[in-house]
Amino acid sequence: MTELERHDYDVVVIGAGGAGLRAAIEARQQGKRVAVVCKSLFGKAHTVMAEGGIAASMGNVNSDDNWQVHFRDTMRGGKFLNNWRMAELHAKEAPDRVWELETYGALFDRTKDGKISQRNFGGHEYPRLAHVGDRTGLELIRSLQQKIVSLQQEDKRETGDYESRLKVFAECTVTELLRDGDRIAGAFGYWRESGRFVLFGAPAVVLATGGIGKSFKVTSNSWEYTGDGHALALRAGASLINMEFVQFHPTGMVWPPSVKGILVTESVRGDGGVLRNSDGKRFMFDYIPDVFKDKYADNEDEADRWYTDQGNNRRPPELLPRDEVARAINSEVKAGRGSPHGGVFLDVSSRLPAEEIIRRLPSMHHQFKELADVDITKEPMEVGPTCHYVMGGVEVEPDTAASSVAGLFACGEVAGGMHGSNRLGGNSLSDLLVFGRRAGTGASEYVDGLGDKKPVIAESDVDAASRRAVAEFDGGEAGAQENPYTVHTQLQQTMNDLVGIIRRGGEVEQALVALEELKQRARNIVVEGHRQFNPGWHLALDLRNMLLVSECVAKAALLRTESRGGHTREDHPAMDADWRKQLLVCVLNAAGDGVDVTSKDQIPLRPDLMGLFEYTELAKYFTPGELADVPAKES
Amino acid sequence: MGYKAKFKVWRGDAEGGDLQDFTVEVNEGEVVLDVIHRLQATQAPDMAVRWNCKAGKCGSCSAEINGRPRLMCMTRMSVFSEDETVTVTPMRTFPVIRDLVTDVSYNYEKAREVPAFAPPEGVAPGEYRMEQVDVERSQEFRKCIECFLCQNTCHVVRDHEDNKTNFSGPRFLMRIAELDMHPLDAHENRAQEAKTDHGLGFCNITKCCTEVCPEHIKITDNALIPMKERVADHYYDPILRLFKRTNK
Amino acid sequence: MTAGTTAPGRAQISARTLRTDRWWVQPAVTVAVLVAFIIYATIRAFQNADYYSAPYISPFYSPCLATNCVPGSSEVAVFGGWWALSPALIILIFPLGFRLTCYYYRKAYYRGFWSSPPACAVAEPHGKYTGERRFPLVLNNIHRYFFYIGLIFNVILTYDAVIAFRDSTGAWGHMGLGTLVLLANATLLWLYSASCHSCRHVMGGRLTHFSKHPVRYKAWTLVSKLNTRHMFFAWASLIGVALADLYVALVAGGTITDLRFF
Repeated sequence: MTELERHDYDVVVIGAGGAGLRAAIEARQQGKRVAVVCKSLFGKAHTVMAEGGIAASMGNVNSDDNWQVHFRDTMRGGKFLNNWRMAELHAKEAPDRVWELETYGALFDRTKDGKISQRNFGGHEYPRLAHVGDRTGLELIRSLQQKIVSLQQEDKRETGDYESRLKVFAECTVTELLRDGDRIAGAFGYWRESGRFVLFGAPAVVLATGGIGKSFKVTSNSWEYTGDGHALALRAGASLINMEFVQFHPTGMVWPPSVKGILVTESVRGDGGVLRNSDGKRFMFDYIPDVFKDKYADNEDEADRWYTDQGNNRRPPELLPRDEVARAINSEVKAGRGSPHGGVFLDVSSRLPAEEIIRRLPSMHHQFKELADVDITKEPMEVGPTCHYVMGGVEVEPDTAASSVAGLFACGEVAGGMHGSNRLGGNSLSDLLVFGRRAGTGASEYVDGLGDKKPVIAESDVDAASRRAVAEFDGGEAGAQENPYTVHTQLQQTMNDLVGIIRRGGEVEQALVALEELKQRARNIVVEGHRQFNPGWHLALDLRNMLLVSECVAKAALLRTESRGGHTREDHPAMDADWRKQLLVCVLNAAGDGVDVTSKDQIPLRPDLMGLFEYTELAKYFTPGELADVPAKES
Repeated sequence: MGYKAKFKVWRGDAEGGDLQDFTVEVNEGEVVLDVIHRLQATQAPDMAVRWNCKAGKCGSCSAEINGRPRLMCMTRMSVFSEDETVTVTPMRTFPVIRDLVTDVSYNYEKAREVPAFAPPEGVAPGEYRMEQVDVERSQEFRKCIECFLCQNTCHVVRDHEDNKTNFSGPRFLMRIAELDMHPLDAHENRAQEAKTDHGLGFCNITKCCTEVCPEHIKITDNALIPMKERVADHYYDPILRLFKRTNK
Repeated sequence: MTAGTTAPGRAQISARTLRTDRWWVQPAVTVAVLVAFIIYATIRAFQNADYYSAPYISPFYSPCLATNCVPGSSEVAVFGGWWALSPALIILIFPLGFRLTCYYYRKAYYRGFWSSPPACAVAEPHGKYTGERRFPLVLNNIHRYFFYIGLIFNVILTYDAVIAFRDSTGAWGHMGLGTLVLLANATLLWLYSASCHSCRHVMGGRLTHFSKHPVRYKAWTLVSKLNTRHMFFAWASLIGVALADLYVALVAGGTITDLRFF
């Protein structure tokens, strides 16, 4: 416990996915000394799993597209619960962020006139997703990674050291944020490789840790997605919002069991793939909700014509927002019309020629061939919902990504508000870039504003953090010792079964009881072996975060007695305009061993943004009181 | 459906280690990484293994299975017979940290030595125009998930530790090819640098990099040999140099 | 001797390889076929006989460039009476050079003859390795020149196949099995040359902007397709040329008579 490595930086970014790297690039370009700390190797972040593309209204394929249309789509997708300022900034800045990637060396697929090609996606009115086949996330992460390297090369030329201003601490986990009074003073963590502790002194910390999906059994998320940033923020005194909204992606693999949950990109549907049940019926036509009736085709002919003529036809219902499609699949399976392994059929083989499928969806073709022995050019895939994304996260100031704790910033999936109750496909990658950059700027300006009043880390806090980090080696209560893998498996099962895609009040209550019990058991976790690259220990530490965040999800899910986006209550199936006005806020409880969830008012939508919508549409979401000042114009 | 499989897994660290025997349950449709996870959860909780996406997209779980460099998440158990012993070792070209985890920092050092993409002067963001046919070659190389299996299998460094100083390996020679074929890269002399700074001449095109690439990138035919030809344009083709033809 | 997989710091595994498949089959077959070819070709090249039987000339002896060539086999005798050795030796250096520097054969012989490496993830038995950076292996970089010369040979051997449509008196309108053999040989050699990596580079590989050179892009695309089968054409043309020579040898030596179609 004695060895402790110390570093001082202006800004420490936790997480090296799209948001973290973009924040680091920005802070470094603003002249700050920056550390990026990540649990995996550099360039392996979960962003690589993003397949479809980056939503940005560049208008390269359909010139009618602009930021207002993108803003409207985003608000509709999130059922108007979104933080409108975030949605506005996102829609306005996404094109610049994408173009910027080209200056880093990114190579997107091209249109005939040499611009960035854009593809259709669920919930987006126009072809809007910049993409590279179906590996856009990889392109994004690689471009940012290579930009970081390029900045390091500049620093090498100037200072003789690649890492003088920007250093990546790979395979390093942060376990605590340290404060000086109410301000952030640094972060404490350990090297996964050696188990040695490391202390970062920094007045500003940017959380870019991604999501929480590893708390669920069927998930498209990797082991890293343990809600670290969410939990760190809570423990540092920040608040989380919208934690009840968890996106279940409609199409994950369902077979074989070992790959259950792995993502099947929405591009399959964007490029013409259709969903069928065991009767061979395209069932999505039966599931178009009222709010979307005028935007989606109600018959197959019109839906098929849309792929070639979008001006005169409505979109196929397979391209409804993800929450709608996921619920529809869930209902079909429950009604006994599922595929042999408990999903539905997603067929692109009868819709596109084989070589076109391989060209447009190469990694899907590869993934099914290698993992499931299915040739998607010849036969349909079996798919079902999988936990994919958490809309909830740290409550931030939209323009600067600042949390309520001075010096703590959050961007990307770990930040809440941008996507409301449901995220549109493609809006995630653009979110990472837009708010990653803003967090980098926000943190830099904050550091500049501090002047000489730099926060100081208390040694007692460091000692406490190191004690907590190794507590699991000392063994729990005799006779009650627990294995971290077992506790984790039970947590996943609980969340999946009781706080999953369809929720019922009674079951969520059961989940809360189970979570309390798991928290108790987690205190008795014992880790074997030593600190050098010990996965059991790593899991035990991550498990604390998962338990805390799962409690937020369950408590908020119990309180919100309506169904909206990524939160479906079977006992409260309707959307309720009164609930749209309310945000559920999670904070750490007084004892520090759990969370409290309270309700607070949503920020009213700015009138000019409100004016972008028809009154009739607003009336579906807002209370009459909120619309009192809106002229009831009809189209 | 399920059966008990015989596994040998290398366990140890830089000081030493050996192949340890395990008997472990295997179910239908599983991959080697599933079995390693089962060993962690049931028999060896501190067995170190690096992994992330479990879908062949991140390139973290590289190892050697029955002596062949592979991703553990993309190696299905069905390729082995039930009575076959499956041997899993860490990659043998990089220093071992513990069990199946190796220190791959060699690759990150080499990555840093490749001059970054140089944006064209006078072209504003948003004004980049590139034809699809001009980006396709580089796009193939950008499929790389950096699993470093090609670096691991390349005998130039696998069998000769001392060559690590002067040879960047297939992954980064391919990165140079990617940039050299990039329609808008403004950096000059990439081919020359491939020869002088990155050791392209060490490559004897024995194609193991291509053989092990989980993304099926034709590293040798599409990146390394074209780079060798570009190097030949500059250094070994006096007649071409006489004509000083530019083909930009 | 520098350590390879047993270098300090690496996982201590003493086995040269843990591969369980028959990785040695491929290099062994490569060596066997190449050695057989080399022995056959050497014997035939020095034999200085049985290489011409009008209208067929063995590809090993074409073009026959010395005055000591069998009457009728030589069109241009560049080498005078002072050349006393087999006329095959004058020309064989060029196809030999083309194949020795070929990107496919390099792989084959580095693996097969020099075990560098014998197969992927199988340790090579050498202490030191410098690749193709020094003499003589650096000469492999002049592959393109052998490619250009190879094209001249392809033209000549095609010419040989065409004039095999004349009978032994020089009258057109003949075709025998030998004609087909020479035709097949020439075709395989063209395919081998056209699928060559240097050819691919010359056609368009060195361009950065395909879109500005549509014709060369088309040519490059075609060559790229052939290039994926370069290994196949390398073996097929090698065996093809040996069989063509063997056929001419058997006819010229009187062991068989040419099967004449018309």
